[in-house]
Amino acid sequence: MRSDRLNRSPMGLKIAAAAGLAFLHLPILLIFLYAFTTEEKSYQFPPPGLTAQWLAVAWNRPDVWAALTLSVKVASIATAMALVLGTLCAAAVSQTRFFGRETISLLVILPIALPGIITGIALRSAFSMADIPFSFWTIVLGHATFCIVVVYNNAVARFRRISGSLIEASMDLGADGFQTFRYIILPNIGTALLAGGMLAFALSFDEVIVTTFTAGQQSTLPIWMLEELIRPRQRPVTNVVAMVVVLVTFLPILGAYYLTRDGDQIAGAGK
Amino acid sequence: MTTAVLFDNVSRHFGAVRAVDGVNLEIAEGEFFAMLGPSGSGKTTCLRLMAGFEQPTGGHIEIFGETAEGVPPYRRSVNTVFQDYALFPHLSILDNVAYGLMVKGVNREERRKAAEDALAMVKLPGYGTRRPGQLSGGQRQRVALARALVNKPKVLLLDEPLGALDLKLREQMQEELKSLQKSLGITFVFVTHDQGEALSMADRIAVFNDGRIQQLGRPEDVYKQPKTRFVADFVGSSNVLPPKLCQRLGLKTPFASLRPEAIAIAAPADGALSLSGTVSAHSFLGAVNRVVVDVDGARVAVASPAALAVPAVGSPVTISFAANELHPMEDA
Repeated sequence: MRSDRLNRSPMGLKIAAAAGLAFLHLPILLIFLYAFTTEEKSYQFPPPGLTAQWLAVAWNRPDVWAALTLSVKVASIATAMALVLGTLCAAAVSQTRFFGRETISLLVILPIALPGIITGIALRSAFSMADIPFSFWTIVLGHATFCIVVVYNNAVARFRRISGSLIEASMDLGADGFQTFRYIILPNIGTALLAGGMLAFALSFDEVIVTTFTAGQQSTLPIWMLEELIRPRQRPVTNVVAMVVVLVTFLPILGAYYLTRDGDQIAGAGK
Repeated sequence: MTTAVLFDNVSRHFGAVRAVDGVNLEIAEGEFFAMLGPSGSGKTTCLRLMAGFEQPTGGHIEIFGETAEGVPPYRRSVNTVFQDYALFPHLSILDNVAYGLMVKGVNREERRKAAEDALAMVKLPGYGTRRPGQLSGGQRQRVALARALVNKPKVLLLDEPLGALDLKLREQMQEELKSLQKSLGITFVFVTHDQGEALSMADRIAVFNDGRIQQLGRPEDVYKQPKTRFVADFVGSSNVLPPKLCQRLGLKTPFASLRPEAIAIAAPADGALSLSGTVSAHSFLGAVNRVVVDVDGARVAVASPAALAVPAVGSPVTISFAANELHPMEDA
């Protein structure tokens, strides 16, 4: 009771908080609203009328499908690469001691701290120096640089909570390396990997900066949207696509949040 | 008599640190063997060498006649009870116990039965559906024991398994472990820093210090006839008589050990040896009084039965003991 009264905040603060949240999220609702406007050349407010026809138009546009397919493929493969490499790296850094371990840990995390434009320029000049033509794989490589970090960060935190004697106990009871990984390590880091993978997928799916430097003439979905904004033709189609992007990236992030939220009870040492 | 574990001049060095340094030992099949020593003495590293978590940097290890160097832990017929129990937190108690059988490919029904039998053996029947987090420390210890024994190991390694338990539980588990070992006939190798535990449970004890075995023998021998000053001090705090007193008692060796309970505060009987000094301190320990007597600057502890009167501090006393209670020690 007492703490309730102490914790009650002044009305002004409540309004400020509400206004801040509204400022963050109302524009997103506007995007949704204009996906249903009858007016296709400019974003006039309020919309003169509402229609669902743009959903059908977007559905029938091959360029939308091409961009969406490319984005999903890039995000899936970059995430898969990140899951394998990020987990291996996290295992090495958290379970063993070797010379330069801290340095490697730092170098792995660095790409996410670097501005995307630096990563993009660096990759572009590296690709051109090595005479590698832009392709699907150059986009995947660009995305993998930051996807690995996300998976690594999630995995390394969970790995550190697995007591080293669990792995020894498993080996002692007759399990070889693969069995130990499958029955002991994977169940204990599984949710962390899923969360890391979902975050990585979402990050890759809406990435623009690194992609502009590594995609060449190909358009991923966010790049396609940028181009559409410049050419005012069937503008609400862009909004429909924006809605899809929000859904595709928001759901995995929400999932990741719930998966790691109560991960504390997993993999504590059995003491 | 078959040799269960053989160490031939085994060393394990970590850089300049000699964790295990030239250890020789031979553990017989069915023996309850204790490795006793302070932390950092190399006893746990020896256990890990037997389990296969460490490889020797020198020497040779055999387990039931087979060379153990280079054999990974999962190919040794040896199982370990870990100090922190290391139960798998994501598995039920039954799955924990059945784990070893599961990875060996034993079918579900068979391993469930074996695991339930093992749980009954450690007096935890019906606990199979619980999770490790729902058990007390003592119960986890029993699960760890069942999980190791269900694999029918030839040698069971126990790494300070009773260290985390309270005194009463520890005494109870000591008895249970001992009777379990007798009924199963499995070789037990037990690491502990508790000399009481080692003395009461083991058939033989190896006392470790600085990576070496200081003394290896039956508990009574190690207790009564410590070979070195370290053993005398570590195993039950014997008195170590300095050269001055040894000389006076007619010994040729520079040091000798003398157990506090072998000394009486009384004039010597026929053939007994005696020393005189002054009482410098005393304390009540329940069954006995511990009286410290200063003999020419050397402190000699005496365990005097509580029924006897305690001389006042500062009063002169004569202490006496049978000649065969005085054990000469070769090294310093």
